[in-house]
Amino acid sequence: MIGRGKDKTARREGASQSRADLRDRYNGWLRHHRLSAADSLFRVLDNPLASILTWLVMGIALALPVGLNLALDNVGRLSASWDNPAQVSLFLSEDVTPERARELVAEFAGRDDVADTQFLPRERALQEFSALSGFADVLASLDENPLPDLILVSPEDAAGQTAVAALAEEMRAMPEVTEAVLDMAWLQRLNSLLDLCRRLVYVVGGLLLLGVALILGNTIRLAIESRREEIVVVKLVGGSNAFARRPFLYTGLWYGVGGGVCAAVLVAMALWYLRQPVGELALLYQSNYQLQGLGVMGALNLVILGGLLGLVGAWVAVARHLVNIQPR
Amino acid sequence: MISFDRVSKRYEEGHDALRDVSFTIDRDELVFLTGHSGAGKSTMLRLIMLMERPSRGQVIVDGHNTAKVGSRGVPRHRRNIGVVFQNHQLLFDRPVFDNVALPLIIAGYDHREVGRRVRAALDKVGLLKRERALPVTLSGGEQQRVGIARAVVGRPKILLADEPTGNLDPALSAEIMQLFEEFNQVGVTVVIASHDLVLISRLHHRILTLRDGRLLTGSAS
Repeated sequence: MIGRGKDKTARREGASQSRADLRDRYNGWLRHHRLSAADSLFRVLDNPLASILTWLVMGIALALPVGLNLALDNVGRLSASWDNPAQVSLFLSEDVTPERARELVAEFAGRDDVADTQFLPRERALQEFSALSGFADVLASLDENPLPDLILVSPEDAAGQTAVAALAEEMRAMPEVTEAVLDMAWLQRLNSLLDLCRRLVYVVGGLLLLGVALILGNTIRLAIESRREEIVVVKLVGGSNAFARRPFLYTGLWYGVGGGVCAAVLVAMALWYLRQPVGELALLYQSNYQLQGLGVMGALNLVILGGLLGLVGAWVAVARHLVNIQPR
Repeated sequence: MISFDRVSKRYEEGHDALRDVSFTIDRDELVFLTGHSGAGKSTMLRLIMLMERPSRGQVIVDGHNTAKVGSRGVPRHRRNIGVVFQNHQLLFDRPVFDNVALPLIIAGYDHREVGRRVRAALDKVGLLKRERALPVTLSGGEQQRVGIARAVVGRPKILLADEPTGNLDPALSAEIMQLFEEFNQVGVTVVIASHDLVLISRLHHRILTLRDGRLLTGSAS
């Protein structure tokens, strides 16, 4: 009994000992993270010229795709206001009576996907056309009015391109309608052009990000080489690979974060440079359109992205080079 | 504490560094390892601290069969062994204090404990006043003592030394040896590789003699 009791106590002590051990190890691990982070930051700041160059390289490589993407966002935002063609023009056949035409107008106006309708009788159309076109004489000489009745249908704002196209198709199929004109071809062209540009930006951006990671990997490789002796000593006195790796990962992180900050500043500067002419241009078009910047969250994301890239680059370099450094 | 059982080590280029070596070193023992250069002294130390693996045979350190220690276990294994290197292996861009503190930082001690232990170790080797000095400003003997302080600061059970008196004059060498004896007296197993036969034969400890990778004397304690 006594023996078992003692055994239990011992085991409890063992358990609390191992818990304490675990806590100690956790604290030690945390401490080394703090130490490595601070030490790496000092090393990065200690060599300002080289660090600034690395930051700039990263900043430019990050700013290019981010800036282009931002430009596309702005164009996209501008074209979003035209995203729904304002109107479908329905030309009615000649044998539709004015009464039937008014019935149709009322019918369209009652639909959920139609915001507004406007009826333009052929007589008024002729008046407007002769007034505006300058062909009044020619038109007056005609025996009869060549223009059909016209109904202008404005779709609901929320309706997308396909819904509007479907609406136009449906109306075209009606026997009273000879032609339904939906002028959205140019918008489709613009949108597919924007889509193409976006994809190009993604490809170029992906390549640039890869380049950034590789540049950083190389920088970290040089840092590892210059501290080879130190790594050997650390391994000799019982430092694990993780321990030896930590300062370099933090170096990568600091380079990345600095690069992200540089990129955010570069993008902000470019926007500031463009803001005035864009404003003037918008004013000429009677618009109060303004360039949209990165914003605080965007800038923060950019810094985080830079940091992550730095970590990835450092990790690749460390994984390739650190393990090979063994005491001989 | 350390036992070799029919250990052989053949390097990849075909050179036999150790051939069929067996011996046991007890806890609290201080043992000298001697032989001409290339006889296998360093290989033996490297096998104990797992810088090398034996080609045949078993190396048992502190009750653990080193064959069972995987590459992930090597750092932990090394933390239980203090090593004094022939070429010191100091960090020359860091002051003495940081050099000695390194094993404690690796083990994760908090900075107060690190400071206490490092100063105790530096005091022991007589370099307390040089803790802010860079190693390059120290003499060879002082650098060696920094190496010793670093080896003992983590209070290892085993202390290995590879030619610790290699470039030192006899008086300094005797001082260093006395340091090792003091560590041994507080319960550390000490293995010193040295070819300074005059010095080590004056000290009365077991001597393992190697020649061409074979153990000539001292296999029984």
